[in-house]
Amino acid sequence: MASGNKTPARWFNLVCVSEDIVPSGSFEQLAMPHFERLYNFACWLTQDRLEAEDLVQETYAKALKGFSSFQPGTNFRAWIYKILRNTFLTSRTGLKATATVPLDPEGEDEDLPTVSETPESILLQRSDGQVLQQAMEQLPVAYREVLLLCEVEEMSYQEIAAMLAIPIGTVMSRLSRARRALRDGLRLRLQKG
Amino acid sequence: MACESWKAKLDTDLDGELPEEEMRTFDAHVRGCVSCAADALTRIQMKRAIQVAGKRFAPSAEFRKRMQQSIASKPQRSFRLAWILAAASVVLVAAALTTTYMATRSGRDQVSRNRVFSEIADLHVATLASAAPVDVVSTDRHTVKPWFQGRIPFAFNLPELQNTQFSLVGGRMAYLDQTPGAHLIYDVRKHHISVFVFQERALPSWPSSWSAKLPGADENSLAPKNLPFNMETWNQGGLRYFVIGDASSADIDGLAKLLKAAP
Repeated sequence: MASGNKTPARWFNLVCVSEDIVPSGSFEQLAMPHFERLYNFACWLTQDRLEAEDLVQETYAKALKGFSSFQPGTNFRAWIYKILRNTFLTSRTGLKATATVPLDPEGEDEDLPTVSETPESILLQRSDGQVLQQAMEQLPVAYREVLLLCEVEEMSYQEIAAMLAIPIGTVMSRLSRARRALRDGLRLRLQKG
Repeated sequence: MACESWKAKLDTDLDGELPEEEMRTFDAHVRGCVSCAADALTRIQMKRAIQVAGKRFAPSAEFRKRMQQSIASKPQRSFRLAWILAAASVVLVAAALTTTYMATRSGRDQVSRNRVFSEIADLHVATLASAAPVDVVSTDRHTVKPWFQGRIPFAFNLPELQNTQFSLVGGRMAYLDQTPGAHLIYDVRKHHISVFVFQERALPSWPSSWSAKLPGADENSLAPKNLPFNMETWNQGGLRYFVIGDASSADIDGLAKLLKAAP
């Protein structure tokens, strides 16, 4: 599997860039550049700004406490995102979110054919970002997080696999299902008008 | 390979995760296949829409400050605290005298700046969404800069980008408050960054000495609440520069430094 940041120049000029290997530095120097994005990710996970603040605060407290275990020169971003995610999963909201939304069985997913209808194009024609945000909000948390890590955080499959502690094949199948679920959600919303 | 097989791998390809050899084969196929090209373009647009929609939440300046204080190393914190206490008594007197005057003025200035930031962000987004984002396409600053001769009523310098991670894509005209200016587009690791240059005097209610990095701890309140980009602005030689993009603040700052040091 090719790493995102090793990709050669392409015709579409839109690929995953996920380099975040940092040298060394104080915890503050390493952690604060990720603050905005961690908060954004926390908001998407919790769907509540106050809870997201608590989650980010707890994440930073845990990361600071365990900073001695972080190896300089390794991927700090993946490390701190993993702490945030694990903290979320053990929170009341996280337990509720993962317990109540069953996912399809995962594994090596079959290659999914493209759907002939394209709710994306309808949405893009309407330029309705709010509908897209609502559709993203409605995704099960496991789909929402993998989609955000790939599209917004621009992490490589390898980074996502390490962070979620799942095989790369599962990352791919989960992403595929997340995108399909998003398309279905959009289609539903667009049909409702 | 049949189109259906390619389309099943389209998302993986657009994520940049196909092996290089397969990517090259796929690129060649897409160039010659209208159906796959259309499908790919729709998905690229969708990816971009998710990227924009996904960057939805921004922390408050107050929360950022609280976090920064909570993780700041202790010696640094006590030094900062001592400094703040020493300076506070002096500042307090001066602040009391100027508060009344400044409150009125800064409120007006802030509204004006917010409007300009929003317009700059709109110009950036609208350009990237355009089918032809640049009018002069060149990575050579000696081609792009002369293109503006006779089109804008001022001249500006562009930096040498050799041995940097930035590359020049091209330029186009931009208008802000009916004033013509230059709009340059740079790439850094697949992110597009816009650089706008306008005459300072053409921008109303804009303090000429003012510069800022947005979003930032101190200046956050000056920015529109939901500005989803990093932005830096400064005045140099009577020209107002804006650097904006979804690249990291370090990248925005890096390009700004190059522009400031341009010969």
